[in-house]
Amino acid sequence: MPMTNHGSRITQGQFSFLPDLTDEQIGAQVAYALRNGWAVSVEYTDDPHPRNTYWEMFGMPSFDLKDPAGMLQMIAECRKVFPRHYIRVMAFDSTRGWETPRMSFLVSRPAVEPGFRLERQEVDGRQIRYTIHSYATDKPEGKRYP
Amino acid sequence: MGSTTDEARDAGDRYKAGVIPYKQMGYWDPDYEPKVTDVVALFRITPQAGVDADEASAAVAGESSTATWTVVWTDRLTAADVYRAKAYRVDPVPNTGPGTPTEQQYFAYIAYDMDLFEPGSIANLTASIIGNVFGFKAIKALRLEDMRMPVAYLKTFPGPATGIVVERERLDKFGRPLLGATTKPKLGLSGRNYGRVVYEALKGGLDFVKDDENINSQPFMHWRDRFLYCMEAVNRASAATGEVKGHYLNVTAGTMEGMYERADFARSLGSVIVMIDLVVGYTAIQSMSNWARRNDMILHLHRAGNSTYSRQKSHGMNFRVICKWMRMAGVDHIHAGTVVGKLEGDPLMIRGFYDTLRETHTPVRLENGLFFEQDWASLNKVMPVASGGIHAGQMHQLLHYLGEDVVLQFGGGTIGHPMGIQAGATANRVALEAMIQARNEGRDYLREGPEILERAARWCAPLKAALDTWRDVSFNYESTDTADYVPTATPSV
Repeated sequence: MPMTNHGSRITQGQFSFLPDLTDEQIGAQVAYALRNGWAVSVEYTDDPHPRNTYWEMFGMPSFDLKDPAGMLQMIAECRKVFPRHYIRVMAFDSTRGWETPRMSFLVSRPAVEPGFRLERQEVDGRQIRYTIHSYATDKPEGKRYP
Repeated sequence: MGSTTDEARDAGDRYKAGVIPYKQMGYWDPDYEPKVTDVVALFRITPQAGVDADEASAAVAGESSTATWTVVWTDRLTAADVYRAKAYRVDPVPNTGPGTPTEQQYFAYIAYDMDLFEPGSIANLTASIIGNVFGFKAIKALRLEDMRMPVAYLKTFPGPATGIVVERERLDKFGRPLLGATTKPKLGLSGRNYGRVVYEALKGGLDFVKDDENINSQPFMHWRDRFLYCMEAVNRASAATGEVKGHYLNVTAGTMEGMYERADFARSLGSVIVMIDLVVGYTAIQSMSNWARRNDMILHLHRAGNSTYSRQKSHGMNFRVICKWMRMAGVDHIHAGTVVGKLEGDPLMIRGFYDTLRETHTPVRLENGLFFEQDWASLNKVMPVASGGIHAGQMHQLLHYLGEDVVLQFGGGTIGHPMGIQAGATANRVALEAMIQARNEGRDYLREGPEILERAARWCAPLKAALDTWRDVSFNYESTDTADYVPTATPSV
């Protein structure tokens, strides 16, 4: 069963409520990052838990990239190697006062997204301890999405 | 200066018992150059009839530092001249005085030695700067317009517990404004019904929902009930979307002990954020900031009460000073205006508030009401919150005026959606993402905004319904707090 939210999919990143970005649209976003002097990188995972901070890096951030075409090529390669993973593009700003990601958006996702189970552990009083469990991660890495 | 004997004689005259003008007491010094370590304040003064501007300014300097109404010999036991604040510059306020509808006002620049203030205490700073002086008889009206804080003094404040950068990293949300809503009706819902609104809005696409400023623990809903149901809603929505979600649990209470108890409970339930109201007071705010820092919590501040003293131009204080104090006191969020919404806010003035909260350094910009250059000394950035009468149809204007690092709060604009709360949230999120996409693509999104929204509404029914409902709603009233200088004015500090 797919997820029941808007779009039946995980809505992490800047553009998950829009129709999937075309390569041309992705290129325009990468160009925006480059205009700002940010380093762009590609990351992938098959553990989309909202607090999974460290997705795998598909190579290093491209600090010296000038042309979005290079990044589109990297995304294409990543999609080829990981056709059933989540893939995101991130842009890092090294400016003093920021030194943090400034962009993050998904460019690839599995065909079907089963989502998450909310586990409740009833404890003292009426308190409940909540844990969010990704259905997909019951299976080992690399075998999580059909 | 004269010889030592002359000085001794002058000092003798100066300290003869009796009343002398403040100007002659040492509170007026037009040759004074503020030191980099001085706190500098700018006041708007309306003197009483017959009081000249220099004397009125000296009186403000005196009454906000060491003076009393008469000469006291005990000054001579101290390095009195260091502790006296010094009015060093007085300018007539443009567009006031004869020939205008407004009485003559003056901008008085006053410098205070940093050692007049206890390190790390907003309460101590404000007890001087906005203490007795505001009731002083020789002044008809007085308004604190801006302050310059020396870096050395700023460094005695820890600043925002989390700040914009770390808040975004924790929430894993980058490159777009955050979206929120205030639960409505703000009073009267039971905990269970209240949590329903939170769940629907978060699942529909908002990042945050928020308690209102006056929802604490009333007969219709005990605070613990609200916290429990809200956290059920937050966690359900997080599981339903795969995103980090939050609800600002308002921990404002009658006592500090009560606030700590509520905040601790919020923490134990796994909330990422708690909220307090400005009316709890400066010391309570600083204590809660320390608590937030200890507990990895984002601290949201609602500015309840500020308009009682910040809205009118002649008396009180400008909100930009509150922004400065709150960045020092250490809140992570503060309501700072919407420009286009239902509450007071001139675009140029709001720009000044937002810059004060978000920039690492602000230059003098008189048209934005920034009278001083300010180096923020690495204090974290505060996330401004835009809340009150805004809707999806204004997304291009909101992004243009307020930028990317802001929480846009659509309360009525989410909950009042004709297709339900989830649809309302979705409409806002789609409108936002479409506008960010267009901006990044280099489009002239402010001009093309309505068209960008219409195009997205073709494939997003909730957005279409939102636009159809609210398209023509705007709140076009004249602001009371506006710039005294036109944008072409030359900074001259």
